[in-house]
Amino acid sequence: MRYIEPHAHMVSRTTDDYLAMVTAGCKAVCEPAFWAGFDRSSAHGFYDYFCQLTDYEPKRAAKFNLPHYSWLCINPKEAEDIALADEVIALIPEFLGRENVLGIGEIGLNKNSRNEMNVLEKHVNLAAENDQLILVHTPHLEDKRKGTQLIVDLIKSDSRIDPGKVLIDHVEEHTAQYVMDAGFLGGLTLYPESKCTSARAIDILENFGSERLWMNSACDWGVSVPLAVPYAAQEMRRRGYDDDAIDQVFYRNPVKFLSQCPNFKIR
Amino acid sequence: MKPKESQNTVDLYFMEARAKLIDIAAFMDRVERDGFTDDFRYRAFKDALGELDSRNRTENVLLSLSDQTDALIPEATTKAACGAWPDKPQ
Repeated sequence: MRYIEPHAHMVSRTTDDYLAMVTAGCKAVCEPAFWAGFDRSSAHGFYDYFCQLTDYEPKRAAKFNLPHYSWLCINPKEAEDIALADEVIALIPEFLGRENVLGIGEIGLNKNSRNEMNVLEKHVNLAAENDQLILVHTPHLEDKRKGTQLIVDLIKSDSRIDPGKVLIDHVEEHTAQYVMDAGFLGGLTLYPESKCTSARAIDILENFGSERLWMNSACDWGVSVPLAVPYAAQEMRRRGYDDDAIDQVFYRNPVKFLSQCPNFKIR
Repeated sequence: MKPKESQNTVDLYFMEARAKLIDIAAFMDRVERDGFTDDFRYRAFKDALGELDSRNRTENVLLSLSDQTDALIPEATTKAACGAWPDKPQ
């Protein structure tokens, strides 16, 4: 099979993971900026991180013949310090011209606070002013329903944003309808416990259609599985899906969305 | 979206679901044996079990465990989610 990994935090992973992904058929990996597991002490830490995402990590992936793309932002987990967020957002424009940058992400909400919303609005404005794709992180667990609705309502209200250029990630059964009805694309994240299993992700495809959904592993420094995407493809095969249906979900859907960014080129 | 060749869903998933069901039973026995039944997460868990009799079980279980308010909170005082809404009315 061939597939795109549309959401993976490869700076937290090993070269063994790169080798396994390429061996399984991965044709490109996309890495959103995220929380490091600790709060960075200054905007300089983000500058270095953005350099890592746009320079060093693509070179590391290239050693495995895997194209690497990135999304840039300050994660909502670090949005309570508005002054720091403003400094970091001001850094982003100089990186938007780098050849592996896909857009602004993963922005969104975490605990649904006022400052998180403030920073989200600034990111959306940055994307609108620079005609960038948007990748959205929706909150975890008990915060997801409320946060997803707040995010969707905010972005939908901005007439400068084309919903077809926005992917709302980490949707589940109680948020998928709200995202799809607003015209956005949805991402299904395959986690062992805290998000979707393969079986549930395929249920969501069956209930909401496969045209505007993709799957990702969102593998990072926590409990996560870098091969979750090809494992989900295998689960689709077990249910009786043919190669064409699998190719649509795991390759053609992400390629169609990501190709709206001129930087995304696939062999 | 449906597969061209549909499989027997029970054949595919019964043993996995059976194992998870027994794990839930064992979890509840363990919590009760160790005296943690007043934990808000366990109370929310037991409430959510009631949704298994509903029509859209998965969605309703998720909603049962969700924050049902709509307003932004003043400030995030933690980064992590715990899986159940601490302020759920009892």
